[in-house]
Amino acid sequence: MLELKNVSKTFNAGTVNEKKALVDFSLTLNDGDFVTVIGGNGAGKSTMMNAIAGVWQVDSGQIIIDGADVTRLPEHKRAVFLGRVFQDPMTGTAATMGIEENLALAKRRGKKRTLRSGITKEERAEYRELLKILGLGLENRLTSKVGLLSGGQRQALTLLMATLKKPKLLLLDEHTAALDPKTAAKVLETTQLIVERDKLTTLMITHNMKDAITYGNRLIMLMDGHIILDISGEEKKKLTVEDLLHKFEAASGTEFTNDKAILG
Amino acid sequence: MNIFNLINALPGAVAQGLIWGIAAIGIYITYRVLDIADLTVDGSLGTGGAVCIVMMLSGHNVYVSLLVATLAGMCTGLVTGILHTFMGIPAILSGILTQLGLYSVNLKIMGKSNQAINVDKFDLLVSLRYIRDVVFYKNTILVVLVITLLLVAILYWFFGTELGCSLRATGCNGNMARAQGINTNFSKVLGLMISNGLVGLSGALLSQYQGFADIQMGRGAIVIGLAAVIIGEAVFGKVFKNFALKLIAVAFGSIIYYFVLQIVIWLGIDTNLLKLLSAIVVAIFLAIPYWKAKYFSKPASKKEVKTNA
Ligand SMILES: Nc1ncnc2c1ncn2[C@@H]1O[C@H](COP(=O)(O)OP(=O)(O)OP(=O)(O)O)[C@@H](O)[C@H]1O
Ligand SMILES: [Mg+2]
Repeated sequence: MLELKNVSKTFNAGTVNEKKALVDFSLTLNDGDFVTVIGGNGAGKSTMMNAIAGVWQVDSGQIIIDGADVTRLPEHKRAVFLGRVFQDPMTGTAATMGIEENLALAKRRGKKRTLRSGITKEERAEYRELLKILGLGLENRLTSKVGLLSGGQRQALTLLMATLKKPKLLLLDEHTAALDPKTAAKVLETTQLIVERDKLTTLMITHNMKDAITYGNRLIMLMDGHIILDISGEEKKKLTVEDLLHKFEAASGTEFTNDKAILG
Repeated sequence: MNIFNLINALPGAVAQGLIWGIAAIGIYITYRVLDIADLTVDGSLGTGGAVCIVMMLSGHNVYVSLLVATLAGMCTGLVTGILHTFMGIPAILSGILTQLGLYSVNLKIMGKSNQAINVDKFDLLVSLRYIRDVVFYKNTILVVLVITLLLVAILYWFFGTELGCSLRATGCNGNMARAQGINTNFSKVLGLMISNGLVGLSGALLSQYQGFADIQMGRGAIVIGLAAVIIGEAVFGKVFKNFALKLIAVAFGSIIYYFVLQIVIWLGIDTNLLKLLSAIVVAIFLAIPYWKAKYFSKPASKKEVKTNA
């Protein structure tokens, strides 16, 4: 479903701030894979997702989604294949537009935007139904401006928008990191629900090792723009946080120093 | 300071305010909807005026002339849009470059620094002379009011379409728009074209109204437009929530601006100071939301901002 072939990205090349964020990075995802991604700050997790989403062009390598080479496609054209939820709840929605208008924008992802009405009556009924699975009461606030919603509500809505048109690949970049633990758990639960229901191929970055172990069928750990751990199948099912820390130390030769990840 | 002088001047102020209101609505689209401060307008207003007058002088029908003036305005927006998106120049600078270039273009269109048109020889749609003592359907205030309402209706419809929604999303949150497959560069170019089309139309009407187009007519248009937007929001913002009403509030804001201007003139203040006054007033109004957030926000509203962030 997704193939990254020897992708490299260096920021600020040739300056003192030069940062090799992805180094000869390769990753292949099968149809229906739910891969959790962990790694310390600055490991290159977000960079990997931005490379897939086309936020900027990569320096070298190839990105293939569902058989199509998207390496040179601009961000808005790759959106056809992708559903994205970001770490910052502000990023995924348009604050000055209504809940239903945001959903309507997402519904038209990958379609040509014409002079037809931006939202139809049938859609409203559809959105009302869809919003119910979030269990947040948003189905009664269709016309409320998204700017009035809480961070958790916005993330849940963004998740719904990302999956409204079944994406080839769902990209979740620490989408629960900015939420309080209770809301985060709720949003994760909904994520699991939707991913299973639609059998979505998913990449989920998280800082929480427990979540990384609990969810998905495969786990990768990044460091300095490389994959240093790749665990799947039975081995992943049996994995514990301690195992993961040992494996990390063995693979990287350093101690894991992200308190947040251990405690979380 | 005869009060009748002021009262006599008011219908003219309304007419002028309404005409400028169309430009202000265009500025609202870039400034508020697309979140771009577009300085092209100082040039495109003159372009609209020049094209309209020159076309009419060479024998074209007034409606055709207005249409071509609008299209010319759209072209200026296209240029700024290309400078900004395709060439990666910051929006403000793109607008300034286009504006500067338009100075020459407008001179070339007119052939000299101004072109007059005689209301007795040409069939104008609006004029200073059509304010009083004229059959009601030719009254400039009514004509411009109808045009404004028509434009507001079209814009209200447009911003409810799929394409219009993609423009609003682009202005509100570019990252989100791109993630939903919207070509934000295209949205910006289209928005700039629509905006400057309206400004061009406004310039065309203004040149007919005053009976001439000249190279200076667009000077400070952005400030007058922003003043109208800000006054409209300050006066009607609490009640006018619907998009169409917000646009109408801008038109009203423009009328209020010209009312105040008339009063200032009537008070005998040196008219050379008018631009300075306008600039100061707009600067203060632009600062108010910033000051409000910084010095006057209650703890409760501060918290609200934070949880949203
Ligand atoms: N647009 C950019 N310009 C310059 N440097 C960047 C840019 N984006 C990322 N980097 C750098 O690339 C490295 C990898 O960053 P990235 O955001 O991928 O880390 P991450 O694994 O997502 O970390 P975190 O857990 O903190 O989100 C960092 O050193 C970062 O500073
Ligand atoms: Mg990150």
